[in-house]
Amino acid sequence: MMPQARVTTPFTFEAASALKAGDYVLISGTVYTARDAAHKRMSEALARGEQLPVDFSDQIVYYVGPCPAKPGQVIGSAGPTTSGRMDAYTPLMLEQGMRGMIGKGYRSPEVIAAMQAKGAVYFAATGGAAALIASTVKSYEVVAYPDLGAEAIAKLTVENFPAIVVIDSCGNNFYEMGQKKFCKLDRNYYTF
Amino acid sequence: MYNNVMVDEDNTKKLYVIPWRMGRVGKMRVIAADDVATAVADLAAKANYYLPEDIYGEIVKMRNKEESGLGKELMLQLLENAAIAARDNVPICQDTGMAVVFLELGQEVHIDGDLTLAVNRGIAQGYGDSYLRKSVVSDPLFIRKNTGDNTPAVMHVSIVSGDKLKIILAPKGFGSENMSAVRMLKPSDGIDGVKKFTIDTVLAAGANPCPPIVIGMGLGGTMEKAALLAKQALLRPINRRNSNPDYASLEEELLALVNWTGVGPQGLGGTTTALAVNIEYYPTHIAGLPVAININCHATRHAEIIL
Repeated sequence: MMPQARVTTPFTFEAASALKAGDYVLISGTVYTARDAAHKRMSEALARGEQLPVDFSDQIVYYVGPCPAKPGQVIGSAGPTTSGRMDAYTPLMLEQGMRGMIGKGYRSPEVIAAMQAKGAVYFAATGGAAALIASTVKSYEVVAYPDLGAEAIAKLTVENFPAIVVIDSCGNNFYEMGQKKFCKLDRNYYTF
Repeated sequence: MYNNVMVDEDNTKKLYVIPWRMGRVGKMRVIAADDVATAVADLAAKANYYLPEDIYGEIVKMRNKEESGLGKELMLQLLENAAIAARDNVPICQDTGMAVVFLELGQEVHIDGDLTLAVNRGIAQGYGDSYLRKSVVSDPLFIRKNTGDNTPAVMHVSIVSGDKLKIILAPKGFGSENMSAVRMLKPSDGIDGVKKFTIDTVLAAGANPCPPIVIGMGLGGTMEKAALLAKQALLRPINRRNSNPDYASLEEELLALVNWTGVGPQGLGGTTTALAVNIEYYPTHIAGLPVAININCHATRHAEIIL
């Protein structure tokens, strides 16, 4: 199966709007890593009225906590983590201008509504393909919260990072669309 | 039965054991705690770097039958990933898990040193030396500070006959662990109740546990026994069915049902939601039907050694 589009950063409103749920894309450019602990710290910083350590305008955040790099590696294995754990913080991040997210798994209705309002896109990377994904990462630099170790915020340069557009800026959800196509059970009424 | 216990002479009711009446066993085999630590450290790398062959084989097999083109592509990525991980000696998944360690300790083995400390020393050394991610926090609710060396392990020790020590290390990622569930069904819920609970759990998990998944199911016992059986079920090769034909056919039926949900690879739709359902069972109470479902991702990692 061939990729249908290339995504580069900064990831603008126009670029985000052009993507549709179900598109298979290759992402190149800068993405920032952040997961549970970094999101919690950023939301606390915002609550205190402080600025975030990174300007997230038109940026893509990758939900990942990589393995430590072996000597000679740029980054250790680095697949996506479950995005739903970041849902509580996501509307705040979208307020800060974040345009794209890479992760895996379902998002809450609140997140999808906030994404629609801001014209943001949610990509799924292949959970479990961590060594493969790591090979698309060309540079890794911790830019904030180094004390969080694997959970620190890092700036990654990626080249042809494979991902699927799961929720587009119109709120179309490819998890629902894709699963419906192959479902052979009546999900509301099981009789065995 | 109180032969080797005496009451204090001043009648304070303190009980103590008289050492010379405990006896000795002459045939104990001694295993040094250091050797246990070294073995555990080796297993940490082995389990995290190399996808078990039965899993790889089942992905290949089910990919051929996958009806979604995108699903096929994603499953190919998992196969490529396993090949890269094995070639470069790097973790299959960045979530190198909380270390679950099963120890089958022969009753004729004497461990020279502290067994629990040795296992945790092995985990710390293995996760450090092999560049695995440290994912354990010290306290689940208040502190949540990373322990820095992936300890402590979750240990399950059973005493068995013989003079060997079998160590199984099964690193468990939490994308899938979080989607697991236990339900205390009523006996009248029966087989249909088990099926419904399975489908409910798989649909609630959806895309989150990185399908295609492997389902470990524990049936019977008590609540915690069912949960442990579910975890143990994940240690069995996924191409081998339960030796009891009733449970073997239930495994196959549940797998078919789960794959009819359409969840598919990565939850993006398809016919491969699970690679296998492995069931372990145990006698239970007249009033109960405990069911535990331990969901695992395709990286159903485990490695073992016998000392």
